[in-house]
Amino acid sequence: MGTTSETVASASAATPADRAANVNAGRDWSRSLWNGAILVGLIAALAISWGSAEMGRWTFLFTDSANMAEYASGFLRPDFSDWRFYLEEMIVTVEIAVWGTFLSLILSVPFGILCAHNMVPWWVLHPCRRLMDFFRAIHEVVWAVLFVVAVGLGPFAGVMALFIHNTGIMAKLFSEAVEAIDPRPVEGIRSTGATRMQEVVFGVVPQVMPLWVSYTLYRFETNVRTATILGVIGAGGIGQVLFESIRGFYYPQSSAILVIVVATVVLTDLLSQQLRRFVT
Amino acid sequence: MSAIAVEKLTKRFGKKQALAGIDLVMREGEMVALIGASGSGKSTLMRHIAGLERGDAGSTVRILGHIQQKDGRFGPNMRDLRGRTGVIFQQFNLVARLPVITNVLCGLLGRVSPWRGTFGLFNRAEKRAAIEALGRVGIPEVAWQRASTLSGGQQQRAAIARTLMQRSQILLADEPIASLDPASARRVMDVLADINRTEKITVLVSLHQVEYARVYCDRTIALRDGRVVYDGPSDALSDDFLTELYGAASEELVLPQRLPVKSGAAKAPRPSAPGARQGQDALVPA
Repeated sequence: MGTTSETVASASAATPADRAANVNAGRDWSRSLWNGAILVGLIAALAISWGSAEMGRWTFLFTDSANMAEYASGFLRPDFSDWRFYLEEMIVTVEIAVWGTFLSLILSVPFGILCAHNMVPWWVLHPCRRLMDFFRAIHEVVWAVLFVVAVGLGPFAGVMALFIHNTGIMAKLFSEAVEAIDPRPVEGIRSTGATRMQEVVFGVVPQVMPLWVSYTLYRFETNVRTATILGVIGAGGIGQVLFESIRGFYYPQSSAILVIVVATVVLTDLLSQQLRRFVT
Repeated sequence: MSAIAVEKLTKRFGKKQALAGIDLVMREGEMVALIGASGSGKSTLMRHIAGLERGDAGSTVRILGHIQQKDGRFGPNMRDLRGRTGVIFQQFNLVARLPVITNVLCGLLGRVSPWRGTFGLFNRAEKRAAIEALGRVGIPEVAWQRASTLSGGQQQRAAIARTLMQRSQILLADEPIASLDPASARRVMDVLADINRTEKITVLVSLHQVEYARVYCDRTIALRDGRVVYDGPSDALSDDFLTELYGAASEELVLPQRLPVKSGAAKAPRPSAPGARQGQDALVPA
Protein backbone atom coordinates (compact mmCIF):
# COMPACT_ATOMS: atom_id res chain seq x y z
CA MET A 1 0.00 0.00 0.00
CA GLY A 2 2.69 2.42 1.09
CA THR A 3 4.73 2.02 -2.06
CA THR A 4 1.65 2.41 -4.21
CA SER A 5 0.67 5.72 -2.70
CA GLU A 6 4.24 6.97 -3.01
CA THR A 7 4.22 6.10 -6.67
CA VAL A 8 0.95 7.92 -7.09
CA ALA A 9 2.35 10.94 -5.27
CA SER A 10 5.40 11.11 -7.52
CA ALA A 11 3.24 10.57 -10.58
CA SER A 12 1.01 13.48 -9.67
CA ALA A 13 4.10 15.67 -9.29
CA ALA A 14 5.06 14.89 -12.89
CA THR A 15 3.72 16.85 -15.81
CA PRO A 16 0.66 15.55 -17.65
CA ALA A 17 2.87 14.55 -20.60
CA ASP A 18 5.08 12.41 -18.35
CA ARG A 19 2.06 10.72 -16.89
CA ALA A 20 0.67 9.85 -20.27
CA ALA A 21 4.03 8.40 -21.30
CA ASN A 22 4.15 6.07 -18.29
CA VAL A 23 0.63 4.63 -18.12
CA ASN A 24 1.65 2.01 -15.57
CA ALA A 25 2.70 4.51 -12.91
CA GLY A 26 0.93 3.57 -9.69
CA ARG A 27 -0.33 0.24 -11.00
CA ASP A 28 -0.46 -2.54 -8.43
CA TRP A 29 1.48 -5.33 -10.11
CA SER A 30 1.07 -7.79 -7.26
CA ARG A 31 -2.62 -7.98 -8.09
CA SER A 32 -2.01 -8.96 -11.69
CA LEU A 33 0.55 -11.56 -10.56
CA TRP A 34 -1.95 -13.07 -8.13
CA ASN A 35 -4.62 -13.33 -10.79
CA GLY A 36 -2.14 -15.11 -13.05
CA ALA A 37 -1.09 -17.52 -10.30
CA ILE A 38 -4.71 -18.39 -9.50
CA LEU A 39 -5.38 -19.14 -13.16
CA VAL A 40 -2.32 -21.40 -13.41
CA GLY A 41 -3.35 -23.21 -10.21
CA LEU A 42 -6.85 -23.81 -11.56
CA ILE A 43 -5.54 -25.27 -14.83
CA ALA A 44 -3.11 -27.50 -12.89
CA ALA A 45 -5.95 -28.83 -10.70
CA LEU A 46 -8.00 -29.71 -13.78
CA ALA A 47 -5.05 -31.43 -15.46
CA ILE A 48 -4.15 -33.51 -12.40
CA SER A 49 -7.77 -34.65 -11.96
CA TRP A 50 -8.17 -35.69 -15.59
CA GLY A 51 -6.73 -39.19 -15.22
CA SER A 52 -8.33 -40.15 -11.88
CA ALA A 53 -11.74 -38.98 -13.00
CA GLU A 54 -11.35 -41.10 -16.15
CA MET A 55 -12.17 -38.13 -18.30
CA GLY A 56 -10.53 -40.00 -21.18
CA ARG A 57 -13.69 -42.07 -21.59
CA TRP A 58 -15.64 -39.10 -22.98
CA THR A 59 -15.47 -40.65 -26.46
CA PHE A 60 -17.84 -43.44 -25.37
CA LEU A 61 -20.59 -40.84 -25.07
CA PHE A 62 -20.58 -40.82 -28.85
CA THR A 63 -19.35 -44.28 -29.89
CA ASP A 64 -21.73 -46.12 -27.55
CA SER A 65 -24.63 -43.70 -27.70
CA ALA A 66 -26.77 -46.42 -29.26
CA ASN A 67 -26.76 -48.33 -25.93
CA MET A 68 -28.05 -45.27 -24.14
CA ALA A 69 -30.78 -44.77 -26.68
CA GLU A 70 -31.88 -48.38 -26.34
CA TYR A 71 -31.98 -48.15 -22.55
CA ALA A 72 -33.88 -44.88 -22.64
CA SER A 73 -36.42 -46.24 -25.11
CA GLY A 74 -37.63 -48.56 -22.34
CA PHE A 75 -38.79 -45.43 -20.48
CA LEU A 76 -40.72 -43.99 -23.38
CA ARG A 77 -44.07 -45.67 -22.58
CA PRO A 78 -44.78 -45.02 -18.88
CA ASP A 79 -47.19 -47.47 -17.24
CA PHE A 80 -49.48 -45.69 -14.77
CA SER A 81 -51.67 -48.71 -13.91
CA ASP A 82 -50.38 -48.69 -10.32
CA TRP A 83 -50.55 -44.89 -9.89
CA ARG A 84 -52.48 -45.02 -6.61
CA PHE A 85 -49.68 -46.96 -5.00
CA TYR A 86 -47.03 -44.66 -6.43
CA LEU A 87 -48.91 -41.61 -5.22
CA GLU A 88 -49.23 -43.04 -1.70
CA GLU A 89 -45.51 -43.71 -1.60
CA MET A 90 -44.78 -40.28 -3.03
CA ILE A 91 -46.81 -38.76 -0.20
CA VAL A 92 -44.80 -40.79 2.32
CA THR A 93 -41.64 -39.30 0.82
CA VAL A 94 -43.02 -35.77 1.11
CA GLU A 95 -44.03 -36.50 4.70
CA ILE A 96 -40.49 -37.63 5.48
CA ALA A 97 -39.27 -34.31 4.07
CA VAL A 98 -41.87 -32.35 6.08
CA TRP A 99 -40.78 -33.86 9.38
CA GLY A 100 -37.09 -33.78 8.57
CA THR A 101 -37.29 -30.10 7.66
CA PHE A 102 -39.46 -29.22 10.66
CA LEU A 103 -37.18 -30.88 13.20
CA SER A 104 -34.09 -29.28 11.70
CA LEU A 105 -35.83 -25.90 11.66
CA ILE A 106 -36.36 -26.16 15.42
CA LEU A 107 -32.66 -26.77 16.01
CA SER A 108 -31.45 -24.37 13.34
CA VAL A 109 -32.97 -21.31 14.98
CA PRO A 110 -30.86 -21.50 18.17
CA PHE A 111 -27.82 -22.82 16.32
CA GLY A 112 -28.21 -20.11 13.67
CA ILE A 113 -27.75 -17.55 16.47
CA LEU A 114 -24.99 -19.51 18.24
CA CYS A 115 -23.01 -19.88 14.99
CA ALA A 116 -23.04 -16.14 14.19
CA HIS A 117 -19.85 -14.30 15.13
CA ASN A 118 -21.69 -11.09 15.95
CA MET A 119 -23.87 -12.81 18.54
CA VAL A 120 -21.67 -15.01 20.73
CA PRO A 121 -18.09 -15.14 22.05
CA TRP A 122 -15.59 -17.36 20.22
CA TRP A 123 -15.73 -20.15 22.79
CA VAL A 124 -19.40 -20.67 21.97
CA LEU A 125 -19.05 -19.91 18.28
CA HIS A 126 -16.38 -22.46 17.42
CA PRO A 127 -17.79 -25.55 19.16
CA CYS A 128 -21.22 -24.83 17.65
CA ARG A 129 -19.80 -24.27 14.19
CA ARG A 130 -17.71 -27.45 14.32
CA LEU A 131 -20.76 -29.44 15.43
CA MET A 132 -22.73 -28.06 12.48
CA ASP A 133 -19.79 -28.80 10.16
CA PHE A 134 -19.91 -32.37 11.41
CA PHE A 135 -23.66 -32.66 10.79
CA ARG A 136 -23.22 -31.23 7.33
CA ALA A 137 -20.07 -33.07 6.30
CA ILE A 138 -21.75 -36.46 6.49
CA HIS A 139 -24.17 -37.03 3.66
CA GLU A 140 -27.85 -37.81 4.25
CA VAL A 141 -27.37 -41.26 2.73
CA VAL A 142 -24.65 -42.08 5.27
CA TRP A 143 -26.75 -40.76 8.13
CA ALA A 144 -29.67 -42.83 6.85
CA VAL A 145 -27.55 -46.00 6.83
CA LEU A 146 -26.52 -45.26 10.43
CA PHE A 147 -30.10 -44.66 11.51
CA VAL A 148 -31.36 -47.73 9.70
CA VAL A 149 -29.06 -49.69 12.00
CA ALA A 150 -30.45 -47.87 15.04
CA VAL A 151 -34.18 -47.55 14.35
CA GLY A 152 -34.66 -50.14 11.61
CA LEU A 153 -35.65 -49.86 7.96
CA GLY A 154 -38.36 -47.36 7.14
CA PRO A 155 -39.33 -43.71 6.90
CA PHE A 156 -38.22 -42.76 10.43
CA ALA A 157 -34.60 -43.45 9.56
CA GLY A 158 -35.08 -41.10 6.61
CA VAL A 159 -36.56 -38.39 8.81
CA MET A 160 -33.61 -38.60 11.19
CA ALA A 161 -31.09 -38.51 8.35
CA LEU A 162 -32.69 -35.39 6.84
CA PHE A 163 -33.01 -33.83 10.30
CA ILE A 164 -29.34 -34.12 11.17
CA HIS A 165 -27.79 -33.22 7.83
CA ASN A 166 -30.25 -30.43 7.15
CA THR A 167 -29.67 -28.88 10.59
CA GLY A 168 -26.02 -28.50 9.66
CA ILE A 169 -26.93 -26.71 6.45
CA MET A 170 -29.76 -24.57 7.76
CA ALA A 171 -27.87 -23.44 10.87
CA LYS A 172 -25.08 -22.31 8.55
CA LEU A 173 -27.44 -20.43 6.24
CA PHE A 174 -29.32 -18.92 9.20
CA SER A 175 -26.11 -17.77 10.87
CA GLU A 176 -24.96 -16.09 7.67
CA ALA A 177 -28.21 -14.15 7.62
CA VAL A 178 -27.66 -13.17 11.27
CA GLU A 179 -24.11 -12.02 10.51
CA ALA A 180 -25.43 -9.70 7.82
CA ILE A 181 -27.91 -7.83 10.04
CA ASP A 182 -27.82 -4.15 10.79
CA PRO A 183 -26.45 -3.90 14.35
CA ARG A 184 -28.06 -0.55 15.07
CA PRO A 185 -31.62 -1.71 15.79
CA VAL A 186 -30.15 -4.35 18.13
CA GLU A 187 -28.36 -1.58 19.99
CA GLY A 188 -31.61 0.34 20.11
CA ILE A 189 -33.20 -2.63 21.87
CA ARG A 190 -30.16 -3.10 24.13
CA SER A 191 -30.33 0.54 25.25
CA THR A 192 -33.79 -0.08 26.75
CA GLY A 193 -32.28 -2.49 29.28
CA ALA A 194 -33.39 -5.62 27.42
CA THR A 195 -31.87 -9.05 28.09
CA ARG A 196 -29.66 -10.79 25.50
CA MET A 197 -32.57 -13.06 24.64
CA GLN A 198 -34.82 -10.04 24.08
CA GLU A 199 -32.20 -8.42 21.88
CA VAL A 200 -32.38 -11.50 19.67
CA VAL A 201 -36.18 -11.73 19.70
CA PHE A 202 -36.87 -8.07 18.97
CA GLY A 203 -33.69 -6.91 17.26
CA VAL A 204 -32.37 -9.86 15.26
CA VAL A 205 -35.26 -12.15 14.38
CA PRO A 206 -37.43 -9.50 12.67
CA GLN A 207 -34.45 -8.60 10.48
CA VAL A 208 -33.60 -12.13 9.38
CA MET A 209 -37.16 -13.48 9.13
CA PRO A 210 -37.57 -13.13 5.33
CA LEU A 211 -34.27 -14.88 4.66
CA TRP A 212 -34.93 -17.60 7.20
CA VAL A 213 -38.31 -18.38 5.69
CA SER A 214 -36.86 -18.38 2.22
CA TYR A 215 -34.01 -20.71 3.22
CA THR A 216 -36.41 -23.09 4.98
CA LEU A 217 -38.65 -23.38 1.93
CA TYR A 218 -35.65 -23.90 -0.31
CA ARG A 219 -34.33 -26.63 1.98
CA PHE A 220 -37.77 -28.26 2.02
CA GLU A 221 -37.66 -28.53 -1.77
CA THR A 222 -34.21 -30.03 -1.59
CA ASN A 223 -35.32 -32.42 1.14
CA VAL A 224 -38.19 -33.74 -0.99
CA ARG A 225 -35.64 -34.70 -3.64
CA THR A 226 -33.24 -36.15 -1.08
CA ALA A 227 -36.02 -38.14 0.62
CA THR A 228 -36.61 -39.85 -2.73
CA ILE A 229 -32.98 -40.97 -2.82
CA LEU A 230 -33.13 -42.10 0.80
CA GLY A 231 -35.84 -44.58 -0.23
CA VAL A 232 -33.22 -46.33 -2.33
CA ILE A 233 -31.26 -47.33 0.76
CA GLY A 234 -34.34 -48.54 2.62
CA ALA A 235 -35.89 -45.44 4.15
CA GLY A 236 -39.24 -46.14 2.49
CA GLY A 237 -41.31 -43.92 0.25
CA ILE A 238 -41.27 -43.60 -3.51
CA GLY A 239 -37.50 -44.03 -3.76
CA GLN A 240 -37.68 -47.59 -2.56
CA VAL A 241 -40.37 -48.42 -5.15
CA LEU A 242 -38.38 -46.71 -7.88
CA PHE A 243 -35.19 -48.54 -7.03
CA GLU A 244 -36.92 -51.92 -6.93
CA SER A 245 -38.64 -51.41 -10.29
CA ILE A 246 -35.38 -50.29 -11.96
CA ARG A 247 -33.58 -53.32 -10.57
CA GLY A 248 -36.37 -55.54 -11.86
CA PHE A 249 -36.09 -54.02 -15.36
CA TYR A 250 -39.69 -52.69 -15.13
CA TYR A 251 -38.86 -49.64 -17.24
CA PRO A 252 -42.42 -48.48 -18.04
CA GLN A 253 -43.28 -48.53 -14.32
CA SER A 254 -40.02 -46.78 -13.42
CA SER A 255 -40.83 -44.17 -16.01
CA ALA A 256 -44.26 -43.53 -14.45
CA ILE A 257 -42.66 -43.16 -11.02
CA LEU A 258 -40.13 -40.67 -12.37
CA VAL A 259 -42.93 -38.62 -13.89
CA ILE A 260 -44.65 -38.50 -10.49
CA VAL A 261 -41.41 -37.50 -8.73
CA VAL A 262 -40.72 -34.71 -11.21
CA ALA A 263 -44.31 -33.46 -10.94
CA THR A 264 -44.06 -33.39 -7.16
CA VAL A 265 -40.78 -31.47 -7.18
CA VAL A 266 -42.25 -28.95 -9.63
CA LEU A 267 -45.31 -28.58 -7.38
CA THR A 268 -43.21 -28.00 -4.26
CA ASP A 269 -41.22 -25.40 -6.13
CA LEU A 270 -44.34 -23.56 -7.25
CA LEU A 271 -45.84 -23.74 -3.77
CA SER A 272 -42.74 -22.41 -2.02
CA GLN A 273 -42.48 -19.61 -4.55
CA GLN A 274 -46.01 -18.54 -3.64
CA LEU A 275 -45.28 -18.79 0.09
CA ARG A 276 -42.09 -16.77 -0.25
CA ARG A 277 -44.05 -13.94 -1.77
CA PHE A 278 -45.92 -13.49 1.52
CA VAL A 279 -42.77 -12.77 3.49
CA THR A 280 -41.12 -9.54 2.44
CA MET B 1 -27.08 13.33 43.55
CA SER B 2 -25.70 13.78 40.08
CA ALA B 3 -27.50 12.19 37.15
CA ILE B 4 -24.31 11.47 35.25
CA ALA B 5 -20.81 11.48 36.69
CA VAL B 6 -17.94 10.58 34.40
CA GLU B 7 -14.43 10.36 35.85
CA LYS B 8 -11.19 10.02 33.91
CA LEU B 9 -12.93 8.24 31.07
CA THR B 10 -10.42 7.08 28.49
CA LYS B 11 -10.93 4.90 25.47
CA ARG B 12 -8.46 3.81 22.85
CA PHE B 13 -9.51 2.13 19.61
CA GLY B 14 -6.34 0.59 18.21
CA LYS B 15 -4.00 3.53 17.64
CA LYS B 16 -6.65 6.17 18.01
CA GLN B 17 -7.19 7.74 21.40
CA ALA B 18 -10.93 8.37 21.15
CA LEU B 19 -11.41 9.68 24.67
CA ALA B 20 -8.52 11.12 26.65
CA GLY B 21 -9.62 11.54 30.24
CA ILE B 22 -13.12 12.96 30.25
CA ASP B 23 -14.51 14.36 33.50
CA LEU B 24 -18.04 15.62 33.56
CA VAL B 25 -20.94 15.90 35.95
CA MET B 26 -24.57 16.57 35.12
CA ARG B 27 -27.15 17.46 37.70
CA GLU B 28 -30.61 15.95 37.52
CA GLY B 29 -32.99 17.90 35.30
CA GLU B 30 -30.28 19.63 33.26
CA MET B 31 -30.34 19.86 29.50
CA VAL B 32 -26.80 20.00 28.21
CA ALA B 33 -25.45 20.17 24.68
CA LEU B 34 -22.36 18.24 23.70
CA ILE B 35 -20.62 19.76 20.70
CA GLY B 36 -17.53 19.01 18.72
CA ALA B 37 -16.35 18.40 15.18
CA SER B 38 -16.58 14.95 13.58
CA GLY B 39 -14.19 12.57 15.28
CA SER B 40 -13.97 14.63 18.47
CA GLY B 41 -15.39 11.77 20.54
CA LYS B 42 -19.01 12.89 21.00
CA SER B 43 -20.54 9.60 19.94
CA THR B 44 -17.98 7.53 21.83
CA LEU B 45 -18.65 9.46 25.01
CA MET B 46 -22.41 9.04 24.53
CA ARG B 47 -22.05 5.32 23.98
CA HIS B 48 -20.07 4.96 27.20
CA ILE B 49 -22.65 6.89 29.21
CA ALA B 50 -25.36 4.74 27.61
CA GLY B 51 -23.57 1.58 28.72
CA LEU B 52 -23.02 0.33 25.18
CA GLU B 53 -19.23 0.57 25.33
CA ARG B 54 -16.65 -0.01 28.03
CA GLY B 55 -13.87 2.45 28.79
CA ASP B 56 -10.24 1.59 29.49
CA ALA B 57 -8.75 0.99 32.92
CA GLY B 58 -9.11 3.91 35.29
CA SER B 59 -12.40 5.08 33.84
CA THR B 60 -15.53 5.38 35.93
CA VAL B 61 -19.09 6.19 34.91
CA ARG B 62 -21.77 6.68 37.54
CA ILE B 63 -25.42 6.88 36.59
CA LEU B 64 -27.83 8.25 39.21
CA GLY B 65 -25.27 7.47 41.90
CA HIS B 66 -24.74 3.84 40.87
CA ILE B 67 -21.55 2.58 39.29
CA GLN B 68 -22.39 1.74 35.69
CA GLN B 69 -18.83 0.89 34.71
CA LYS B 70 -15.42 1.04 36.29
CA ASP B 71 -12.06 0.01 34.87
CA GLY B 72 -13.67 -1.44 31.75
CA ARG B 73 -16.16 -3.61 33.64
CA PHE B 74 -19.88 -3.07 33.80
CA GLY B 75 -21.40 -2.76 37.25
CA PRO B 76 -23.78 -5.39 38.64
CA ASN B 77 -27.00 -3.52 37.84
CA MET B 78 -25.93 -2.65 34.32
CA ARG B 79 -29.17 -3.65 32.63
CA ASP B 80 -31.24 -1.72 35.15
CA LEU B 81 -29.15 1.39 34.53
CA ARG B 82 -29.46 0.98 30.78
CA GLY B 83 -33.21 0.89 31.32
CA ARG B 84 -33.05 4.15 33.25
CA THR B 85 -30.98 5.79 30.51
CA GLY B 86 -32.91 6.27 27.29
CA VAL B 87 -30.88 6.64 24.12
CA ILE B 88 -31.83 8.33 20.89
CA PHE B 89 -29.53 7.60 17.97
CA GLN B 90 -28.64 9.53 14.85
CA GLN B 91 -29.96 6.67 12.71
CA PHE B 92 -33.01 6.15 14.99
CA ASN B 93 -32.17 2.45 15.49
CA LEU B 94 -35.75 1.29 15.22
CA VAL B 95 -36.46 -2.25 14.06
CA ALA B 96 -37.63 -1.46 10.55
CA ARG B 97 -39.84 -4.50 9.99
CA LEU B 98 -41.77 -4.22 13.24
CA PRO B 99 -44.80 -1.98 13.68
CA VAL B 100 -44.11 1.35 15.34
CA ILE B 101 -46.12 0.36 18.40
CA THR B 102 -43.97 -2.74 18.95
CA ASN B 103 -40.86 -0.60 18.67
CA VAL B 104 -42.28 1.73 21.29
CA LEU B 105 -43.33 -1.19 23.52
CA CYS B 106 -39.74 -2.42 23.42
CA GLY B 107 -39.08 0.48 25.79
CA LEU B 108 -40.82 -1.65 28.42
CA LEU B 109 -38.33 -4.52 28.13
CA GLY B 110 -36.18 -3.24 30.97
CA ARG B 111 -39.19 -2.79 33.24
CA VAL B 112 -41.44 -5.84 32.79
CA SER B 113 -40.61 -9.41 33.77
CA PRO B 114 -38.12 -11.02 31.36
CA TRP B 115 -40.58 -13.75 30.35
CA ARG B 116 -43.37 -11.39 29.48
CA GLY B 117 -40.96 -9.16 27.61
CA THR B 118 -39.35 -11.98 25.65
CA PHE B 119 -42.68 -13.27 24.40
CA GLY B 120 -43.93 -9.77 23.73
CA LEU B 121 -47.00 -10.26 25.96
CA PHE B 122 -47.81 -6.61 26.50
CA ASN B 123 -51.20 -5.87 28.02
CA ARG B 124 -53.86 -3.45 26.94
CA ALA B 125 -52.85 -0.72 29.37
CA GLU B 126 -49.28 -0.89 28.12
CA LYS B 127 -50.40 -0.68 24.51
CA ARG B 128 -52.53 2.31 25.40
CA ALA B 129 -49.52 3.90 27.08
CA ALA B 130 -47.50 3.29 23.93
CA ILE B 131 -50.10 5.08 21.80
CA GLU B 132 -50.10 7.89 24.33
CA ALA B 133 -46.33 8.13 24.10
CA LEU B 134 -46.67 8.38 20.33
CA GLY B 135 -49.30 11.07 20.87
CA ARG B 136 -46.86 12.93 23.11
CA VAL B 137 -44.40 13.19 20.22
CA GLY B 138 -47.17 13.99 17.76
CA ILE B 139 -47.50 10.81 15.68
CA PRO B 140 -50.26 8.66 17.27
CA GLU B 141 -51.70 7.74 13.88
CA VAL B 142 -48.72 5.68 12.71
CA ALA B 143 -48.86 3.14 15.57
CA TRP B 144 -49.58 0.10 13.42
CA GLN B 145 -47.43 1.03 10.44
CA ARG B 146 -44.10 -0.62 9.92
CA ALA B 147 -41.31 1.59 11.23
CA SER B 148 -39.66 1.50 7.80
CA THR B 149 -42.61 3.36 6.25
CA LEU B 150 -42.02 6.46 8.40
CA SER B 151 -40.08 9.56 7.40
CA GLY B 152 -36.81 10.32 9.18
CA GLY B 153 -38.37 12.88 11.49
CA GLN B 154 -41.23 10.53 12.34
CA GLN B 155 -38.82 7.69 13.04
CA GLN B 156 -36.81 9.88 15.38
CA ARG B 157 -39.98 10.85 17.23
CA ALA B 158 -40.98 7.18 17.46
CA ALA B 159 -37.54 6.54 18.97
CA ILE B 160 -38.22 9.29 21.51
CA ALA B 161 -41.57 7.62 22.27
CA ARG B 162 -39.64 4.42 22.97
CA THR B 163 -37.55 6.21 25.59
CA LEU B 164 -40.70 7.77 27.07
CA MET B 165 -42.11 4.25 27.39
CA GLN B 166 -38.89 3.34 29.12
CA ARG B 167 -39.62 6.06 31.70
CA SER B 168 -35.93 6.75 31.71
CA GLN B 169 -34.63 9.44 34.06
CA ILE B 170 -31.84 10.33 31.68
CA LEU B 171 -32.10 10.85 27.95
CA LEU B 172 -29.02 10.66 25.79
CA ALA B 173 -29.52 11.94 22.29
CA ASP B 174 -26.59 11.17 20.01
CA GLU B 175 -26.78 13.54 17.05
CA PRO B 176 -30.57 13.17 17.00
CA ILE B 177 -31.03 15.73 14.25
CA ALA B 178 -27.99 15.20 12.06
CA SER B 179 -29.95 13.08 9.54
CA LEU B 180 -33.03 15.29 9.48
CA ASP B 181 -34.19 18.24 7.45
CA PRO B 182 -34.32 21.57 9.33
CA ALA B 183 -38.07 21.47 10.00
CA SER B 184 -37.98 17.92 11.39
CA ALA B 185 -34.83 18.75 13.32
CA ARG B 186 -36.52 21.63 15.08
CA ARG B 187 -39.56 19.52 15.91
CA VAL B 188 -37.37 16.83 17.43
CA MET B 189 -35.40 19.39 19.46
CA ASP B 190 -38.67 20.97 20.64
CA VAL B 191 -39.88 17.57 21.85
CA LEU B 192 -36.60 16.99 23.69
CA ALA B 193 -36.73 20.42 25.33
CA ASP B 194 -40.36 19.85 26.29
CA ILE B 195 -39.61 16.47 27.85
CA ASN B 196 -36.76 18.01 29.79
CA ARG B 197 -38.98 20.79 31.09
CA THR B 198 -42.18 18.93 31.92
CA GLU B 199 -40.90 15.47 32.93
CA LYS B 200 -37.70 16.81 34.51
CA ILE B 201 -35.69 14.26 32.55
CA THR B 202 -31.98 14.98 32.35
CA VAL B 203 -31.05 15.43 28.70
CA LEU B 204 -27.62 15.24 27.14
CA VAL B 205 -27.77 15.96 23.45
CA SER B 206 -24.79 15.86 21.15
CA LEU B 207 -25.00 18.27 18.28
CA HIS B 208 -23.09 19.08 15.21
CA GLN B 209 -24.40 22.58 14.99
CA VAL B 210 -23.70 25.11 17.69
CA GLU B 211 -26.78 27.14 16.77
CA TYR B 212 -29.05 24.48 18.24
CA ALA B 213 -27.00 24.31 21.42
CA ARG B 214 -27.34 28.07 21.88
CA VAL B 215 -31.09 27.98 21.44
CA TYR B 216 -32.03 24.86 23.38
CA CYS B 217 -29.42 24.34 26.09
CA ASP B 218 -28.18 26.54 28.92
CA ARG B 219 -24.97 24.64 29.26
CA THR B 220 -22.65 23.35 26.56
CA ILE B 221 -19.76 20.94 26.79
CA ALA B 222 -17.34 21.08 23.90
CA LEU B 223 -15.02 18.25 22.96
CA ARG B 224 -11.87 18.25 20.89
CA ASP B 225 -9.68 15.20 20.31
CA GLY B 226 -11.37 13.31 23.12
CA ARG B 227 -10.96 16.07 25.70
CA VAL B 228 -13.38 18.53 27.26
CA VAL B 229 -12.21 21.92 26.05
CA TYR B 230 -15.16 23.95 27.23
CA ASP B 231 -17.84 23.42 29.83
CA GLY B 232 -20.02 26.39 30.65
CA PRO B 233 -22.92 28.55 29.61
CA SER B 234 -23.91 28.25 25.96
CA ASP B 235 -24.12 32.05 25.79
CA ALA B 236 -20.42 32.42 26.15
CA LEU B 237 -19.77 30.35 23.04
CA SER B 238 -19.27 33.13 20.55
CA ASP B 239 -18.27 32.38 17.00
CA ASP B 240 -14.85 33.82 17.72
CA PHE B 241 -14.40 31.54 20.69
CA LEU B 242 -15.39 28.53 18.59
CA THR B 243 -12.90 29.46 15.92
CA GLU B 244 -10.30 29.70 18.65
CA LEU B 245 -11.29 26.27 19.96
CA TYR B 246 -11.58 24.44 16.70
CA GLY B 247 -9.62 26.44 14.16
CA ALA B 248 -10.57 25.50 10.63
CA ALA B 249 -12.88 22.73 11.89
CA SER B 250 -15.16 25.35 13.43
CA GLU B 251 -16.67 26.11 10.03
CA GLU B 252 -18.44 22.80 10.21
CA LEU B 253 -19.90 23.77 13.58
CA VAL B 254 -20.82 27.38 13.02
CA LEU B 255 -21.67 27.86 9.40
CA PRO B 256 -25.14 26.31 9.34
CA GLN B 257 -27.83 28.88 8.84
CA ARG B 258 -29.18 31.07 11.58
CA LEU B 259 -32.00 29.19 13.19
CA PRO B 260 -35.47 30.51 12.65
CA VAL B 261 -36.86 29.12 15.90
CA LYS B 262 -40.58 28.75 16.23
CA SER B 263 -42.40 30.02 19.28
CA GLY B 264 -43.76 27.87 22.06
CA ALA B 265 -41.76 24.75 22.47
CA ALA B 266 -38.31 26.29 22.40
CA LYS B 267 -37.27 28.11 25.47
CA ALA B 268 -37.57 31.88 25.63
CA PRO B 269 -34.49 33.77 24.51
CA ARG B 270 -32.15 34.89 27.21
CA PRO B 271 -32.10 38.66 27.46
CA SER B 272 -28.38 38.77 28.21
CA ALA B 273 -27.42 37.60 24.75
CA PRO B 274 -24.04 38.91 23.66
CA GLY B 275 -23.90 41.27 20.76
CA ALA B 276 -22.77 38.66 18.28
CA ARG B 277 -26.07 36.87 18.67
CA GLN B 278 -28.43 39.78 18.10
CA GLY B 279 -29.25 38.73 14.58
CA GLN B 280 -30.26 35.31 15.68
CA ASP B 281 -32.25 36.46 18.67
CA ALA B 282 -34.32 38.68 16.48
CA LEU B 283 -35.70 35.52 14.92
CA VAL B 284 -36.79 34.12 18.28
CA PRO B 285 -40.14 35.61 19.17
CA ALA B 286 -40.37 36.56 22.81
